[in-house]
Order: sequence, then C-alpha cells, then structure tokens
Amino acid sequence: MTTTSHPVSTSVGHDAATTTPPLPEMRRRSARRVLGWLRFLPHAVIAGYLFLAVVGPLLVDYDPMVTSITDRLLSPGSTTSDGSTAWLGTDGVGRDVLAQIVLGARTSITIAVLTVTVCAVIGIAVGLVAGYVGGWADTVAARLIDVLIAFPGILLAIVIAGLFRPSIAIVVIALSAVGWIGFARVVRGTALSLRERDWVSAARVMAVPRRSILTRHVLPFVAGPVVAMATLEFALVVLAEAGLSFLGIGLPPTAVSWGQTVAAGKEYLEIAWWISTFPGLALALLVVCVGLVGDQLTARYGGKR
Amino acid sequence: MSEPLLDVRDLDVFLPTRSGPVHVLDGVSFSVDAARTTGLIGESGSGKTMAAMAIIGLLPAGAVTRGQLWWRSEDLLAVSSRRRRQVRGREIAMIFQDPLASLNPGQTVGRQVTEIPRRDGMGRAELARTATHLLDRVGIPDPAQRTGNYPHQFSGGQRQRAMTALALAGQPQLILADEPTTALDVTVQARILDLLRHLRDTEHTAMLLVSHDLRVMAHVADDLVVMYAGRVCERGPAQAVLREPRHPYTKALVASVPAVRARTAIADPLPGSPADPAHRPAGCAFHPRCPLAVLRCRVERPTVREVAPGRWTACHLAEADGLPDAAEVRP
Amino acid sequence: MNDAGLTVRGLRVSFGGSRGMFGRGGRPAVAAVAGVDLDVAAGEIVAVVGESGSGKTTVARCVVGLVTPDDGTLSYDDVPLGSTRSRPPAIQRAIQMVFQDPRSSLNPRMTAGAIVREAWQAHPAAAPSGDQDAAVRNLLAEVGLDASVAGRRPSALSGGQCQRVSIARALALRPRLLVCDEAVSALDVSVQAQILRLLSDVRRDHGLSMLFISHDLGVVRQIADRVVVMRSGEVVEQAPAEDLFTRPTHPYTRALLDAALDLEGAAS
Repeated sequence: MTTTSHPVSTSVGHDAATTTPPLPEMRRRSARRVLGWLRFLPHAVIAGYLFLAVVGPLLVDYDPMVTSITDRLLSPGSTTSDGSTAWLGTDGVGRDVLAQIVLGARTSITIAVLTVTVCAVIGIAVGLVAGYVGGWADTVAARLIDVLIAFPGILLAIVIAGLFRPSIAIVVIALSAVGWIGFARVVRGTALSLRERDWVSAARVMAVPRRSILTRHVLPFVAGPVVAMATLEFALVVLAEAGLSFLGIGLPPTAVSWGQTVAAGKEYLEIAWWISTFPGLALALLVVCVGLVGDQLTARYGGKR
Repeated sequence: MSEPLLDVRDLDVFLPTRSGPVHVLDGVSFSVDAARTTGLIGESGSGKTMAAMAIIGLLPAGAVTRGQLWWRSEDLLAVSSRRRRQVRGREIAMIFQDPLASLNPGQTVGRQVTEIPRRDGMGRAELARTATHLLDRVGIPDPAQRTGNYPHQFSGGQRQRAMTALALAGQPQLILADEPTTALDVTVQARILDLLRHLRDTEHTAMLLVSHDLRVMAHVADDLVVMYAGRVCERGPAQAVLREPRHPYTKALVASVPAVRARTAIADPLPGSPADPAHRPAGCAFHPRCPLAVLRCRVERPTVREVAPGRWTACHLAEADGLPDAAEVRP
Repeated sequence: MNDAGLTVRGLRVSFGGSRGMFGRGGRPAVAAVAGVDLDVAAGEIVAVVGESGSGKTTVARCVVGLVTPDDGTLSYDDVPLGSTRSRPPAIQRAIQMVFQDPRSSLNPRMTAGAIVREAWQAHPAAAPSGDQDAAVRNLLAEVGLDASVAGRRPSALSGGQCQRVSIARALALRPRLLVCDEAVSALDVSVQAQILRLLSDVRRDHGLSMLFISHDLGVVRQIADRVVVMRSGEVVEQAPAEDLFTRPTHPYTRALLDAALDLEGAAS
C-alpha cells in the first residue's frame, strides 16, 4: 500500500487523480485567460469591418465609372499614373482593388443588416403567432415554412432579383424571401415551450392581456436565440449577396460589391490573381468571424434551428 | 462490527462557480457496512448527491476533491483513473432518479442489462439466460419475453427495476441509489422499496441510499447519515435516529413529516431556508434556524462526536440523554 | 350572487387524438378526465389526490380556465366558467392558482414587486387606491417576506421565498378560491411546513376556499376538510377527510393508504 503514506490526496476533475496540490489549476487558469482573450478576436475583426463600412468612403476616393487604361492590371504595391500606390493592385480597367474592397464592405454590410432586420421582424412575428397562438395559424405557418424550405433559397432569390430593376432594395427583398424561415422556426420552437411555462400560465390565469403576455413573458426569452440566429443569418446573407453580384444580378453596375470585383477578376485569374483573391479573402474573413461569434452566441443561448 | 465496506473520511469537495470555488462538502465522514443499507438524507444544498457522485467518481468537471475514500483496502481518491473506472459499474454500481434518462431508448432492455457480461466475452446463449435471470431477480414478470422490449415499453416502476437489474449485472458489492423512488407513484414506490430491501436480505448487497424523503429512509435504511449545508450533522442506526434525534435539525425534519395513519397538526416550521454552502453561516451552519442556538453555536463549529454508543452528532448541546428542551436553553 | 362556490358537473377532457394520414395510424384521444363531479363550498379546502395520470391536475387547469373541457359544466357562484378570457373580470379575480414549481411559476426577468403589480395592471379594479409600493410591501409582509424582496428577481430567492411570492401574486387579486397544484411538493421538507402554515393562515384570514391538488396523503390529511380520490380520470371516492383516512370504502383508496409510507411503524 503506497497510497497510505499520503495523508491527504487530491483529485482534480473527473477521475484524473494527481497528488500535486492545486498548482496545475493555476496554470490552467492562465491558459484559460489567454483563450478568453482569443474568443474576442472575431468580435474585433467584425468591429474593424463595421468601422470600414461607416468611414471607408471618407478614406478612399473611388468612382466605379472612372477607368484608366494606363493603370490596367497593376500588381499589388505598384505606383499608378497619378502617383499613388495601389497596395492591392488594380483590375482590368485600372480601378484600385483596395478601394473596391473598402467600398464593397459598406455594400455587403448594409445589405446584410437590412436583410437580417427584415427577416428577424417577419420571422419573430410569424414564429410568435404560430408558436404562442397555435391552432390554425400554426398549421398555416408550418405548411408555408415546409413549402419554402423545399425550395432552394438562392434560386428563389435569383428569380426575384432577375425579375426587377437592379437595386439594393430588390436584393434585400430577394434574400429575405426565404431568410425569415430560420427566425420563424427558432421563435416558434421557443414560444411553443414558453407557452407551457408556469409563469405564462400564471399570467393567463390572471387574465393578463395577450399582448402583454407576448411582450413581457415570451418575447424577452426569444431574444437570445434570435440574436444567435441573426449572426448566422448575417454570414449567409453576405455570401448570398456576393453570389448574386458575382452572377451580375441584383445590384446596379454603379454599386461596388465584392461579388462584382471577384467576377471581374475571373477572366484575369492567370495573369492578375489579386483582383479576385483579395475581395474573396475579405469576404471569407468576415463570414468566418461572424460564424464564430454566432457559434458562441448559439452555445450560450441554445438557439436551435 | 467488522471493517466497513466503504469509509469516507474528511471528504472535501470544491466546485468551481463564477464567483470562485464553493466548498460543497466540508469534512464529510461516514461509512457503509457490508450487507446494510445506509441512508444519506438532506435537503437542497446538503451535498448528499455530491457525496454520492464523489464516491462513484462522477463529479462535474473542475471539481477539486480532498480527503479519503476507503474502498476496502484502497483509497479511491489515490488510485489510477483506470482502476477507478474498473471499480465503477462493477464493484460500485449506481441507480439514478430518472430511469428513462439513464436507459438507452434505442436498445432492448435485455441488451443493456447484459452490457458488462457482454464486454467480458460471455456467449450469446449465456447472455440471453443472464438477461432473463437479471430481470427475474428484480421482479419483472415474464422476464424471458421482456428482455426483447425497449425501455418505452416498460412502465415507470418497471424501468426502475430494469435500472436495478443493470446495476446488479456487474455483481457489485455496493449500490448507490440516488432518489430511486422520487419520480414514482406511491403504490409503485412501495414495491420498489420492497425490492431494495429484498436485495439486501437475499443478496447481501450493501446500499447507499440518497434521498430527501425521511419516510423512504424509515422503510429501508439500517443506518442514517443526516447532512446539512455540506456537512454531516448526525449519524447512527436509522430507527434510533428517527425515534430519538440527537441533533435539532434531525428533530425538526422528523417533526415536519406529516403522517398518513394519524392526524397530525402542521408542524411548527423552522424559520428560513436550508443554508446554501456558498454562504455557509459561521459556527454551526444550522444555528440561524435552530430553536436551541446559543452564543457558542454562532462562533464555534461543532465537531461530529459520539454522544452515545453508535450515535454521532455535531451539536454542542447534545448529550448522552438527548437534546435539551428549547425552554431550558433560552436565557 | 350567492355562495354556491365551485361546482363541477360531468367534466370530460381528452388529449392527443389524431386521425392519422389516410385514416390509418391515428391515435384515439386519451380521456384525461372522464366525467368528474366536484364541489368546493365557500371556505372549504377540498383536496384531490391520485397518482400520475389520474387527471387531478387537468381538473385544476379546467377550473382556472387553462384547459377547455370537451364536455361538462363548471360554475362559480352559479356563473358558468369558460376559458379564463371569457369570464367576467370579477370571476377572473375570484379564482387564482399556485403552481408546483416555485421557480418556473415566476418570470425570471421580473422582480417580485413587478410580479405582484402585474396582477393589478390586469385588474385595475383590484388595485390598491393609494401607494402601490406600500401595498406591495404589505402583501409581501402578509406572506412572511421582507420588504427588500420586492426588488429582487426569482434567481435571488430561495424556493420557499419564490412560493411565497407566488402566493402573494394570487392574493393581490383578493381571490375567493385558490387552486393549489402540488403547491408544496417541490419544496424542502423543512420549508413545506412553512408554506402549509401560510396557506392555512391565509384561508383563516381571508375565508378562502381551496382546491388542493396533491399526491402526498400526509399533507392532505393535515390541511383538507374533504378529499376526492381520482383514478384514471374518474372520481372513485369522496368523503370528509377524517372519514376517508379512517374508514376508506373504495378498494383503490385503501390501496393508496396502504402503500403510503409513515415514519412510525416502519421498522423492518
């Protein structure tokens, strides 16, 4: 029996036995602190994008209609004809790629914010009515959702965007056409379970008006999952908008969009890789960071699709 | 009396929380003898479930444990994690409160019950026989047929019996049962308790029964350990403890149990709520609610001491002849 | 109005019926309550006991209007009772409920004070004419809570305190019938007695009647005047409490009483 020689033995965690006193805990704590800071890296990146979207147009002087034959296809870091430096190169008609990325951020984020807002409002309304009121309203909503889910969302967006004159509003409508479904499902599920909670029953027994029950006893508990859903939806919308502009539908040619820049660069991929690569990277970084934040929020609020 | 089967000595458990570690078990000592049922009783925050989890080695991640858990001749807190897993399920088995949550809905009951012998390489025919025999031992009628059923085809009481069969499969020397009858109806509860008693009498399996229900304890426990705010306040033979409590908390608990076979008035309630281990009062943790509390109880923590043969209590005022009346103590 | 109290006649409720696709695979509706007659006179405490699935909770939820029965009539002082919303405000106020789980019956985002005041917002007729904050404090004091509780959320209260807030919320509307659905079952034993005391004090002070749903026969024996035993949606026996406990007539009641555990006489 070797164990009896230790008057006090310590075990940490599940069943990992160790005889050293709390030292490893401390080390673990500092490691956890570093990880804790790393968790906020995606938040910082997103804040950077938002900053660019808001003040970007003040920083760069760019007109999509102005082309310059002499500055065509300059590689990153070259000096342009007017003496400035094209840090990320120029495209096939001599426009600065960096400027397009900065202005594209504004387009992407504007469309994403608008679309997510529209989707959230519609989704929350439909979800609350379906989940809390139930009955035939729920049946109708559930069938509508089933039908729309069976339909490929991006295809519907292409059809809608293709039918009308290009504009930001049309893109928002096209992307919202199916985007609200995620919100509606999350909200419906949450409202359905909240309906059975005793504090809602208590309010019903007191004959609290239905509107007050919804706003006071149901809506606040829907907020968490909705925020989590909104971040995920945001990433999807940014991607979908880029997809539409890549195909050349939705946005007018005067708008600057990452999708358009990527599309413009695809003919020059072999000789001028930077035109498609940098906007693509900007897009990927934003989507990944938003996705990471969304995962954190989902883990916290247990939002389910 | 012989060596105890399980001897818990000065067990401390700290659980991590947002506001720092909480000392959920504070110097808990008790033992479980072979072929006897020991009841671990307490209210919310008493640490009774935490004690059971520490014994079986399933504390939440980040928990820090100190003290000793003597399982026959080895300290379970000092052995390798491999040995710990070996002990769990085979030498010490566990029955949970909610059998539906602890049985796999996608596997037949017969398969789940024979998990351990199957891992040991038992043959098919032998496994089928074992499954039938196990269900038979826990009193499930028509056991040969029922081995092919899924948990949802069992009633609540039968599921708890199946859980018990699963625990028996590893031929454990000790079964931990955490609130095994709390989720069951009265008539079913009585039958499950009879089963547990029957197992002790016929198979001589020791049991640590965790419950908040004194009536359940009165029916099956041989020994009783009363816990409050993560500490032991009294232990001794069950009938003696219930009939003549040596701790004011036990006394209040006994008094607050309403009787069915006699009309009892609503008990004089204790003030306040059970103490939270995160904010354990100084001195005796029970003193803010205690009708007997004197100045000493507020400052000095009572140790668990033997006041009469086999009767241990952590009350400053307990003597061999029992507790004083509240009127005698008041200044 | 007269003092007829609560009258329930021929109550039937069934759940979960579905026709199934193409007329196949449908589930027949399960009768949760199959013809229940029940009376609660003014000032009386009637306990409904039974095991899970007996339909006792469904009866309670019909009385407060959370569940709409398939058949049968409910009335209070001869006023017919439909869903909560369809009842006259005076009747809405008269029948209140205390739930089993003290935590989930309080909105976690609201303070105890706001929870009590919500009752008055819904029924301005029952609201105190003067200082509402003082009225909240008085109400909390009546259920044995300190005034400081008014500013706290349920997460900062113990289970027993939450149940007291729940009772205060019900009392805010000055009800005449309190429906208690397993109101002490989820509480610690040492707290159970406090809440039982409180309920019996409240009944004495306000002349309340109660419909007390419970599976705990010991608690029922302490508090009830009359006991209704339910099984599979039907009433099998109802009698004054002492008669039922000392001279049960139905075999099921006897089986329930035999199975119930007591501290005494349990020596093995």
